[in-house]
Amino acid sequence: MTLGVITLGHYLSLGGILFALSVIGVFLNRRNLIVLLMAIELMLLAVNMNFVAFSHYLPLEADRMAGQIFVFFILTVAAAESAIGLAILVVLFRNRSSIDVSKLDQLKG
Amino acid sequence: MNSTAALFYVFSSVLLFAAFRVITARSTVHAALFLVLSFFSASCLWMLLRAEFLAITLVLVYVGAVMVLFLFVVMMLDINSDNFRQGFWKSLPLAGAIGAAIALQLALVLMRGFQVSSSTPDPREVELGNTKMLGIELYTEYLYPLQIAAVLLLVAIIAAIVLTLRERKDSRHLDASEQVRTKASDRLRIVKVAPTITAPKSGSGDTPGGAA
Repeated sequence: MTLGVITLGHYLSLGGILFALSVIGVFLNRRNLIVLLMAIELMLLAVNMNFVAFSHYLPLEADRMAGQIFVFFILTVAAAESAIGLAILVVLFRNRSSIDVSKLDQLKG
Repeated sequence: MNSTAALFYVFSSVLLFAAFRVITARSTVHAALFLVLSFFSASCLWMLLRAEFLAITLVLVYVGAVMVLFLFVVMMLDINSDNFRQGFWKSLPLAGAIGAAIALQLALVLMRGFQVSSSTPDPREVELGNTKMLGIELYTEYLYPLQIAAVLLLVAIIAAIVLTLRERKDSRHLDASEQVRTKASDRLRIVKVAPTITAPKSGSGDTPGGAA
């Protein structure tokens, strides 16, 4: 990869690094459920980055818009996911008065 | 290095720095604000990729709605933030190893291919613009998935309301439909009671209507 010209590989590498960072975030922040949800949002952002990059660098005769349409639907699902996730978080905090993931061991899994 | 490449490096370094701060920030509010910064720089990167509509949508939907929701929840919950960092340094080696493995594997794959650098602009897109192209695709070919997504959002609204709704115990609210639905048998109970006094003897002449 050359530095001067931005290729598809640059964007894919950026998405990969972002995804790896958010996986590390899931491991590090096991005390705080809100930061876990934020790390999941970052993962979705990394995936979306790949979709947009691929849709930009596809050859002209391919269906370029499909990638952007898919990003649109991922954004919809992610918004619904974070709304329900935060609602569950509020109910959890109301019942347990803690958002520590390691304390949620009632099922003894 | 042309200006696009310079902008790419600036925005992606801001994005990676903000993402790093999201997962390592001491306070949850700071993490949320750094997540806003990372969404902004990602939206700038999408502008470089000529996906203008999605870039604006990312800012409007994520920074405008989702992150405000996050901040609401963070500030509404009275969280004890003292023990958030417990186990942070203990799980750092494992997390770093797994993250490095993921990044290394992805780099091995990505370094070998994906050297496409030129992207000829679509003449239709140049004429119509990105937003109109996306709209045409969305409302013709992807109409059915769009409606499914709308139903999904409706389900999310109802689920969020149902999950967080709770009735107040001290409320004096009366349910009108419950009042209308009551039957007489719910309120009034007719009890057959055995007579406790003996009836007067018949034929003595003092019963009304009997002597005539």
